[in-house]
Amino acid sequence: MSMSSLVILTLIGLFLSLRGYQAFKSQGFHFITGVDWVAAQDGSGEKNVFGLGAMIIGTLVISATALVVGVPLSVLTALFLTFYAPERFKKFLISVVDLMASFPSILYGLWGFFVLMPMAEYWAKLIHKYLGWIPIFDVPQPAYTRSPFIAGIVLAIMIIPIVTSVSREIFAQTPLDRIQAAYALGATRWAMIKAVVLPFGASGVVGGAMLGLGRALGETVAVYSVLNIVFKVNFQVLYGFGGNIASMIVQKWGEASLSEGKALLAAGFVLFIMTLLVNMGANYIVRRTVKTGR
Amino acid sequence: MTTTYVPTVSPTRPWKKTPAQLIPTVVILILALLLDVSVVAVTPMKGKLAYALLFFLFSVGMQFIYAWVKRGRPAAMDSLAGAVTMTGGMIVFLPVLSILVTVLVKGLPGLGLHTFTQTMEKTSYSDPLSSGGLLHAIVGTLYLIVIATAIALPLSILTALYLTEIKGRAAGFIQFLVQAMSGVPSVVAGVFIYAAILLTTNLRGSTFIGALPLAILMIPTVTRTAQEVLLLVPAELREAGLALGATQWRTVATIVVPAARSGLITAVILGVARIAGETAPLLFTLGTTDKVNLNPFTGGQNALPYYIWSGLRDGTEGGVARAWTAILVLLILVLSLFTTARIFGNRKAKR
Amino acid sequence: MSNEHDQDGEDMSVTAPASALSSVAANRAHREPGNMPLGSGLEARGIHAWFGKHLALADVSLDFGAGTVTALIGPSGCGKSTFIRTLNRMHEFIPSAAMAGEVLLDGKDIYDPQIDVTKVRLEIGMVFQKPNPFPSMTIGENVLSGLKLAQIKRDNKEQLLEECLTRAGLWNEVKDRLDAHAGGLSGGQQQRLCIARSLAVNPKVLLMDEPCSALDPGSTLRIEDTISQLARTMTIIIVTHNMQQAARVSDYTAFFLSDGGPGQMIEVGPTNEIFSRPKDQRTENYVSGRFG
Repeated sequence: MSMSSLVILTLIGLFLSLRGYQAFKSQGFHFITGVDWVAAQDGSGEKNVFGLGAMIIGTLVISATALVVGVPLSVLTALFLTFYAPERFKKFLISVVDLMASFPSILYGLWGFFVLMPMAEYWAKLIHKYLGWIPIFDVPQPAYTRSPFIAGIVLAIMIIPIVTSVSREIFAQTPLDRIQAAYALGATRWAMIKAVVLPFGASGVVGGAMLGLGRALGETVAVYSVLNIVFKVNFQVLYGFGGNIASMIVQKWGEASLSEGKALLAAGFVLFIMTLLVNMGANYIVRRTVKTGR
Repeated sequence: MTTTYVPTVSPTRPWKKTPAQLIPTVVILILALLLDVSVVAVTPMKGKLAYALLFFLFSVGMQFIYAWVKRGRPAAMDSLAGAVTMTGGMIVFLPVLSILVTVLVKGLPGLGLHTFTQTMEKTSYSDPLSSGGLLHAIVGTLYLIVIATAIALPLSILTALYLTEIKGRAAGFIQFLVQAMSGVPSVVAGVFIYAAILLTTNLRGSTFIGALPLAILMIPTVTRTAQEVLLLVPAELREAGLALGATQWRTVATIVVPAARSGLITAVILGVARIAGETAPLLFTLGTTDKVNLNPFTGGQNALPYYIWSGLRDGTEGGVARAWTAILVLLILVLSLFTTARIFGNRKAKR
Repeated sequence: MSNEHDQDGEDMSVTAPASALSSVAANRAHREPGNMPLGSGLEARGIHAWFGKHLALADVSLDFGAGTVTALIGPSGCGKSTFIRTLNRMHEFIPSAAMAGEVLLDGKDIYDPQIDVTKVRLEIGMVFQKPNPFPSMTIGENVLSGLKLAQIKRDNKEQLLEECLTRAGLWNEVKDRLDAHAGGLSGGQQQRLCIARSLAVNPKVLLMDEPCSALDPGSTLRIEDTISQLARTMTIIIVTHNMQQAARVSDYTAFFLSDGGPGQMIEVGPTNEIFSRPKDQRTENYVSGRFG
């Protein structure tokens, strides 16, 4: 019975790759590297073109945005909770973070669309105005709605609970004798954190961030709600379109032909492998940190 | 000879800040606020963002300078770090507050008795909010929870028992797999069940099929929580059982599991909370319906997250308003599950 | 590094006869306070310490003359570690902790709200039970870590490094591998590295909380040598379980005891007197090995 997880994981990999095999076979490497997606009618004799490249890159762009916004906030929050917050405030803030983790993703999608997006568009305009000379903040036309930037912020909020709690756990395990050694040498709290806590916790934070990345890569409905999915590579995060594998599957699903459906299953397989690798790496790093105490 | 010593002095904490020492901080905050308002009034910078940003800069900057003048550079850096980390914590708090307020404000208008007694069978999105309800979606969600739990619970508990009690040769590997499984995106679980069942057999989407991906998502959560609570069962209890000549299996079944019961309930509740709001897998597996369907094996089903999704996708004013009401109900469900799990967990910790 | 928390590891001497201890104590040169230009030393006045509602230490007053070594002895739970931690304000890191009393360094109360606690800890250094070098730093960086932590500017760091390691009796062993990580040193070397680290910020007082309890007898002797060398230049207060050690290294000995209530200081005096003719019966019982 305990092997059930092995069975399930194997079955997922097996079925998705088998069902998607046709797509892999007909498209070859183009399935990963191509950036266009044209589905022909079944039996029309026309050729299907399925290239997931734009979606893969889009997924990575959004997840990277989420990490850039979410990880610093999480680390600051974890440091505040572990070393600065007064006891009563600490309990309150911990339950707030737990509460965040319990919100369903569709709630983030709904809130992201109706509340966050108007604000985030304004922030995007400001960033473009002052930092537009940096290529990724440039926008060819003033279209800021449903951009990778906004999807990234929603994802950042969604990964904050996991990154914060992993970081907090690691920080709390900083050996007390090292902390005391630093204080006994006349360190302030911040000097102590810099000399002892951050070197100790750094790789744990990296692991936590990767767990967050795993979550961000596979998030579906929240991203779908706030992202304009277009099959075209876009690195300009403020510009109003992007790609995302999970959301793309949901978007195309309803009216997919049989062969396109199989391509979508193959896309699911690609996503499965991506998240699996990221998660295994993350767990490896977190566990190694806890074990070696370095 | 034991004498009771009565101290003639009372305990103090000279390292705690006295109210008098807080005065500079308060003065700085007030100054920062005044400066903030006047700068926003004079310069072209406008809006809430400008207020917040400038207030942050002014208050942190002045505290930094004050600490530097009074106690030197290390103290100034410490004050800066304290302020920056606190701001980080505050920023994290803001979206939660905004989400809760938004859900209440937008969800409450549609909420009424009819929400829980009517379905959408005879109501369309354009009808007033006072007609039609979520009964069918609530029933569907409860069905999904019960079936997913029935599938995931035995698998998870047995896996947890294997990992904590039997500790077989494969334990390390299985632990690794459970962790890998917790990273499976929900959409992948959905398309997997679609590919494995709906595409392979001629079954149609139903409650039972919809519960399968949810069970996949639930297993790692329940396994890991159950593992933690099983580890809390004192080793003496196990040894006592084994010393009485019971087999390991009997010891586990009659001593360990009952001892960990309330913790295992917590594990299940957390698992349920994890899946109650899942949307993506249902899109591939649930079929759909607008009325109450009590048969879990045939006919489509609805569920709260699915209902919200449909309303949002519809995009009309009525559809979105109904989605907000449904999310309010879903949120109340999830939060009460979490609160229950916490109460159970705390009781466990206290014993 | 072995993970020995066992404080009685090399503590066979607890049961040694008092006469042997007193001869050890009598054989070492006794230093009188006040005859060295080191300031006026440290004075504890009416120290009480609480953990929550529990009073752990009651009304301890002790003078530590500049340039002397004072040993704090007593059975486990007598409050001697709690006491030494009030002397450089490490006590307050325990969330429920509270205290009363004054600790005067050169006449100024270190608990005065106007005083910067980080400066206090720079003047009153501390060495802990378990060696605790920073594992992410090299040996050299460890020694100079105090300067970095407190952001003290100093020229000629090489010279300071050599000086501190020499005073801690470690220079010859590590001078060729200052860039190696501290984790590779033996337990005794790590502890001397920690002493060197404390010396780098030039403290007036060095507190040592059972510095040898995790070390083998050979390393213990080396640390005791180091203590004797250092005592010429600073005030040392050492908590020890090992009465032999107290007799070997200290000029003064204070005996702490808890009779079920809070820990109290029973008696203080020149070390040879405490071990040869204690005034209090309970001290006599303890140093003669009747309990402990």
